[in-house]
Amino acid sequence: MRSDVHPAPVVAPTAGDALPGDGDAPTPSAGLPGPGSARRRRRLTRGLLVALLIVLSVPFVFPTWWMVSSSLKPMSEILRIPPTVVPQDVSWAAYADVFRLQPFAQQYWNSLYIAVAVTLGTILVASMAGYAFARIRFPGANALFVLVLVGLLVPSEVTIVPLFRMVNSLGLIDTHWPLVVIPIFGAPSVLATFIMRQFFLGLPRELEEAGRMDGLGRWGIFWRIAFPLASPAVAAVAIFTFLKSWNLYLEPIVYLSSRENFTLPQALTQYVDAYGGPMWNVQLAATTLTVLPVLVVFLLAQRQFVQGLAHSGLKG
Amino acid sequence: MSTPLATAAPGQRTTRRPGAATRRDWLVGYTMIAPQVLGAVAFVLVPLVTVAWYSLHEWNVLANTFVFAGVDNYDRMLADPGLRDSLMASLYFSIGLVLLNVSLALLLAVLLNQKLPGTTTFRTFFFSPVVASLVAWTIVWSFLLQDDGGINGFLATLGIQGPNWLRGEGTAMLAVIVVQVFKNVGLNMILFLAALQSVPEEIQEAARIDGAGAWRRFRSITLPLISPTILLVSILTIVGSLEVFAQIAVLTGGGPGNSTTVLVYYLYQQAFRFNEFGYASAVSVLLFVIVLVLTLIQWQTRKRWVFDEV
Repeated sequence: MRSDVHPAPVVAPTAGDALPGDGDAPTPSAGLPGPGSARRRRRLTRGLLVALLIVLSVPFVFPTWWMVSSSLKPMSEILRIPPTVVPQDVSWAAYADVFRLQPFAQQYWNSLYIAVAVTLGTILVASMAGYAFARIRFPGANALFVLVLVGLLVPSEVTIVPLFRMVNSLGLIDTHWPLVVIPIFGAPSVLATFIMRQFFLGLPRELEEAGRMDGLGRWGIFWRIAFPLASPAVAAVAIFTFLKSWNLYLEPIVYLSSRENFTLPQALTQYVDAYGGPMWNVQLAATTLTVLPVLVVFLLAQRQFVQGLAHSGLKG
Repeated sequence: MSTPLATAAPGQRTTRRPGAATRRDWLVGYTMIAPQVLGAVAFVLVPLVTVAWYSLHEWNVLANTFVFAGVDNYDRMLADPGLRDSLMASLYFSIGLVLLNVSLALLLAVLLNQKLPGTTTFRTFFFSPVVASLVAWTIVWSFLLQDDGGINGFLATLGIQGPNWLRGEGTAMLAVIVVQVFKNVGLNMILFLAALQSVPEEIQEAARIDGAGAWRRFRSITLPLISPTILLVSILTIVGSLEVFAQIAVLTGGGPGNSTTVLVYYLYQQAFRFNEFGYASAVSVLLFVIVLVLTLIQWQTRKRWVFDEV
């Protein structure tokens, strides 16, 4: 039925079980079974556990498959019962409609350039602040750091009303300014500053000494030595900052009102027919175009993604 | 490692009064933190004070009046059944989410820690929704959960008449919770996996020699050793769950009735649909206090956890 999940081959554990299973059957109570039957039982348990993993994968993997396959179905097929897992007659019409009904390319560009600008800006602001808080001793450093850390305590929803009034009084409603400037300098970058500071605290001072001997000033040491060494932390910050901006929903719907200015998450919900009902195949085609590029990058750079996001999850 | 009083720049001699080089270093320090500090003041602290100030006012946007009203908005909150419902909805959502999320994350982490074939692939599967766009993921599930959508379609082929998941009083919130669990459980799974891998192999081995079965070892050794992580992950999940907004907006629009109108969605409606900025500000303050208390508990927990580890 759910054809996208192929049962992984249930291979017997290699190298004669140097890694004994925590997945043994619970009680070894009834006497000692012979070595052959123990191995058979262990193999069976491991097979069952893999089967369980395959079943559990379905709700994680199937929606993505369903999104892609439904986006390729004509309207007549998309709600058919019984459902077709693979499209019977593939139609690309929905993809044409995505661009016909909304300025989707423009919206795509909006999301992309906002996310890139926010990411670059955050890296700059946060690595400078993180470095200074970790390495330079100046009067008031601790107090100022605590002041910045308040940003970790304030969910963006709490300040949305005053920020909306602020943006409104500056005449910047329906522009991208609030979506770029507030994340770079405000609460979202505080987490990045915190992570950068933690990283620089752990960086051996000797590395900087060499630079000082060579006559580098503070800025030189930061740019030429500390910042390049911080690339793992920068990668983590870049990944969660980009994704956060790319996925932002509340702020765009509060600040933006015209279609040419919409970002992707906002645009995706706008594919509705004259009665307000969603045009599923078009909506799913647009969704596919939004999801797949990020998914491909994730598959290519999995380690960085997992580490970067786990980092932000813990420190948040 | 930091004693705040020590002078900077190890290249020079420590003196009582800061020399020119030290002052120059200070200046560089202030310059480097300036964007972040000024930004935090302008976009976090000032708005935070402003929202508290707004919450003490009767604010009519259409008539353009802004009148000091003392604690009227807070009195109104106490008597507002809509707010009470939204607090109940948030509570239901948070508790349901944390229970499902943490137990599923733990199950997945334990399974992935068994060195079974294909573990890396499964880990990729479970983590992939974390990187998918939240609205996109929610739209796909919304399509699956429609009355005539995929899930009921598959159920129909089995001869089962599925409910209208997103429109039923009993099922709507459950559906929102489940969609959110699959979206983010991969993150908690990774945190648990790291904790599981730090459980010393020798203790397990000793218990095995003493004849403890797998379940017994899990309950008596693994679980106590990773319990600080479980607590930490639970609090993080609850704090995150209070900010749920896009899922509600896309899946249910707060309905049916107001059964899925959680606190943030209620706040959004008051501010941007009904133009009740004063009242919405009071709700914002309430949200802030709740998150603040939970975060302080989390920090306290982590302090103890770190202490235990050392």
